[in-house]
Amino acid sequence: MVNEAISCERVWREISNYLEGDVEPGLRAALDEHFKTCKKCVSVLEGTRNVIRLYSDERMIEVPAGFGRRLERRLAQSGKGPSVVWSTRAAWLVPAAALLLIGGGIRVANSLSVPRPILSEHANPGKNIPPDMLVVVSADAKDFHVPGCPFIHNKDKERTLTAKEAMREGYVPCVRCMRKYLETADAGHISLEQEAQSDFDADDEAPSGAR
Amino acid sequence: MAEANVFVNNPGLAEATREQDLIARVQRGQNELFYELVRPYERRVYAAALAILRNESDAEDVAQEAMLKALANIRQFRAEARFSTWLIQITVNEALMRRRRERTAIMEGIDDRRDEEGEYAPRDFADWREIPSEALERKEVRQRLAEALATLDRKYREVFVLRDMEQLNIQETAEALGISVASVKTRLLRARLMLRDLLAAGWEQGWFSRLPFEKGTKPW
Repeated sequence: MVNEAISCERVWREISNYLEGDVEPGLRAALDEHFKTCKKCVSVLEGTRNVIRLYSDERMIEVPAGFGRRLERRLAQSGKGPSVVWSTRAAWLVPAAALLLIGGGIRVANSLSVPRPILSEHANPGKNIPPDMLVVVSADAKDFHVPGCPFIHNKDKERTLTAKEAMREGYVPCVRCMRKYLETADAGHISLEQEAQSDFDADDEAPSGAR
Repeated sequence: MAEANVFVNNPGLAEATREQDLIARVQRGQNELFYELVRPYERRVYAAALAILRNESDAEDVAQEAMLKALANIRQFRAEARFSTWLIQITVNEALMRRRRERTAIMEGIDDRRDEEGEYAPRDFADWREIPSEALERKEVRQRLAEALATLDRKYREVFVLRDMEQLNIQETAEALGISVASVKTRLLRARLMLRDLLAAGWEQGWFSRLPFEKGTKPW
């Protein structure tokens, strides 16, 4: 099939839909073809991708200090929310949290001697992702993706591996194509990330890193 | 064997089940559990309100009002929708009502003069490079990004926040704002391209100057 050449202006009009995965196969092929030869449009594509990726990071949402406490209080005052009894019952959480912090401190101390994958503390953990799922990473990025995800950077440097291997190397799931695996993520549960970490502990060897 | 445990434990499913259980219990009258139910979403609720009102104090107040309204109407929630989406939609409604009530005219933005149907042409075509997510560890970078977002005209900002920050899909964004899917797509395209240009300008001004980019390259 011969793809019809398209103009840069047309590419700019479609770039958002392209990143949404919301273009017909024929148009997608034409856009892909255009990106192979047009540096300007690659700049627009990658810049737009950067915008989406940065703003979708949960660190971009900051709430004022004490927001949660004030919300809880207002719910309680309304007579519909958590009661004082509930708050008192929750007091056991304080020593429990202290114990967790101590335990965490020991773990951090232990971790200092072993190189760790480069992971942001805010990186979305890979809960619920099938470990054997084939995913794609590229040398200059930190996310792993479903093959074909439009958010893969540097496609000429991409390689395929399993989700578990990607996690072990320090890659984090793409918040767009892996969204369905991340929506109900909760740090309190056993995760693929933790499993990869425990394997890493067992192997006691440095990962190759995400870069 | 360890891999099998991932499936057996299925933390995502467990979390979803836990949320469903909390919803059911609150629907049966255990209101004291409501805060536990909404706590994971309080940041997103606040961000949605802020995107519309652009005032932190109003946004917090509306976020609280939205939570109270959600609690009052919890029995109307049906499991076919995501709870987070339902909460965000209530918040957007509350914020839009507040804005109408106060007749706040927020007239700012780099695109006010352009017609929505017109073209938006990108301005900067520098060589690109991925901005590492570590950049967001720096408060000034987050602040610059927030400022760039704040300069957008509200119709673009609202769509961008709901789709790209709140992760609503296109249809949900359209429903929350009471506009067509086509309008969401048009506004989203413009918001993304405008932010790209604003951030490219930020590169010139040194926002990301301490980041490890190669000499001579821009983030894009």
